[in-house]
Amino acid sequence: MSDTGHDTPHVPGPSLWPIAFAIGVACLLLGLVISWIVAAVGAAIAVVAGFLWARDVTHDVRGEVPSIEPETRTVGDSASTGAIAAVPVDRPLPAYTRSRFLEASTLGVGAAIGAIVTLPVVGFMVLPAFTDVEEDEADLGPIENFPESEYVIASYLSNPSAGEVTRRTAFVRNNGQTDAGEPSFTILYSRCVHLGCPVQPNGPIDEEARQELENGVELRPVLAQSFGCPCHGGLYDAEGNRQAGPPVRSMDRYTFSIRNGRLVLGELYAVGNVSGTGASAQISRYPWSVPGTHVDGVEAWLYPIVPSQVTG
Amino acid sequence: MAAKSKRQQMVDLAVLAPLDWIDERTAFVRGTKWFLFRNVPRDISWGQTLGSAALTAFIVQTLTGAILALYYKPSAAIDPVTGKPVAYSSIEAITDELTLGWLVRGMHRWGASVFIILLFLHMGRVFLFGAYKYPRELNWITGVLILALGMLMGFTGYLLPWDQTAYWATVVGINLNGTAPFAGPWLAQFLATGPEIGTNTLPLYYGLHMLLLPGALIALIFVHIYLVTRLGVASPPWSTEAAGRERPAAVPPAGTRAGLVRGSGGD
Ligand code: HEM
Ligand code: FES
Repeated sequence: MSDTGHDTPHVPGPSLWPIAFAIGVACLLLGLVISWIVAAVGAAIAVVAGFLWARDVTHDVRGEVPSIEPETRTVGDSASTGAIAAVPVDRPLPAYTRSRFLEASTLGVGAAIGAIVTLPVVGFMVLPAFTDVEEDEADLGPIENFPESEYVIASYLSNPSAGEVTRRTAFVRNNGQTDAGEPSFTILYSRCVHLGCPVQPNGPIDEEARQELENGVELRPVLAQSFGCPCHGGLYDAEGNRQAGPPVRSMDRYTFSIRNGRLVLGELYAVGNVSGTGASAQISRYPWSVPGTHVDGVEAWLYPIVPSQVTG
Repeated sequence: MAAKSKRQQMVDLAVLAPLDWIDERTAFVRGTKWFLFRNVPRDISWGQTLGSAALTAFIVQTLTGAILALYYKPSAAIDPVTGKPVAYSSIEAITDELTLGWLVRGMHRWGASVFIILLFLHMGRVFLFGAYKYPRELNWITGVLILALGMLMGFTGYLLPWDQTAYWATVVGINLNGTAPFAGPWLAQFLATGPEIGTNTLPLYYGLHMLLLPGALIALIFVHIYLVTRLGVASPPWSTEAAGRERPAAVPPAGTRAGLVRGSGGD
């Protein structure tokens, strides 16, 4: 087959302006939604590019015929086989043919569409775990329910509307007053800082004195001078310091406030070590993090940024 | 050749002609023969069946899992009728009330361990035979990905019964991931759908367990088995025969004997 016949379709010369024209139109449509300035810029681009496109397309109708070789892959690939004798061998072959351009732009546009579709989906899958994660403050009821120097097992719903799955347990000890006359509480989070199992107080629970308050709060006094973890034998003392087993730091604690005579739990924080006891304890406090991660010492360098530092 | 017997003609008409019709349009029969009628080393043994055994276990998991999915409900909300979480109640119903539900659940639960054990045995065989060497490196790599995804299947599936074992094992598993350097705490928060397991965790694990991970696994298994077919089975290290040796010409190629498609037999 030869492409020198009279029935060779007439193809206009290559032009990049259609792309600019399309960008202009897209910009115009976007502008209709966002702002009229964008729309105006888009319209200007479209008009100019449209004009230049028309000029390109009508080029040969208006004057000298350009000396453009039909740019096909066969020309590029088999120029030397002699199959197409019509192509003079001495003329340099087009380095970047129309079909290569179409191939690249199809792949490029396909990749762009793929990315535009995929990114929001991945975001939707991952982001909910990191946004709106703040938990409500929990009201544990009147402070009279917490006798001085005794631990009370307090379980509550950290998000009552989400139900039982948000039930948490804290060990609350009323320390009386600090030297400065402020009320003092030690409030440990029951979750083991080894790998998160439910730590238990080592001592008898006074089930007779069990109280159920509104909003799913439940209080049970306990005689405990230490806490143990059922999973891998982690052991903590009455201040939550690690005494034995695999945990890597002291038990997490809650901030608290007292409002209208009621004890309200605030946010959780991680604890490196506690020296001293009760109201006079010195607590090295760190941003809250996953169990099993070190908060002090060299190992803490492995966890430079933890989610609670970013999302609060 | 002598004239065809009557029986032969009927077989031609009823079986071979339709198969030819399909093969002409799809290459299906040729493809099946390419997949099944391969030369294998003469001295292979039961060790080489472990991969197919793992595949069978996976197919059992897929089928029993699809049946369980018809009755399982991934919700942590309290069921007003039973007073227990919906997911847990649905597992109880599958086990105690549905006809043969205990069997399907039991197959899926034990089959999960069987699948993982077979993966490890298969991997051990490949390792000890040195079958991961050139040109089969990509088999090993896809195999490692399949193992990783298989373990993720086990991890995400284990939470679904939503009982105390499931819950606390998953807490520990999430926090183990949380101890990875740098990204660990972020990974843990993703896996728990927040700082702690919450209402979204069960649906996330269910979706991973029965849609995303099986999809990825099936794709990887296809690649893995394509490569096995293309590259052939490796000879044992003690083999005295050259790997992938051609059949002696005296033995008729299996294709002609099966005679699925006229003329395409002795390739
Ligand atoms: C590699 C394959 C698979 C593995 C290793 C696996 C593993 C598991 C495990 C360990 C459980 C907990 C079983 C139990 O406590 O009874 C489970 C449950 C479940 N799996 Fe799978 N699974 C696999 C494939 C599938 C597939 C393909 C589906 C669905 C299309 C599926 C759907 C389910 C469902 C609905 C449950 C909850 C019912 C139940 O716990 O008995 N699984 N899976
Ligand atoms: S989770 Fe408490 S000791 Fe391991």
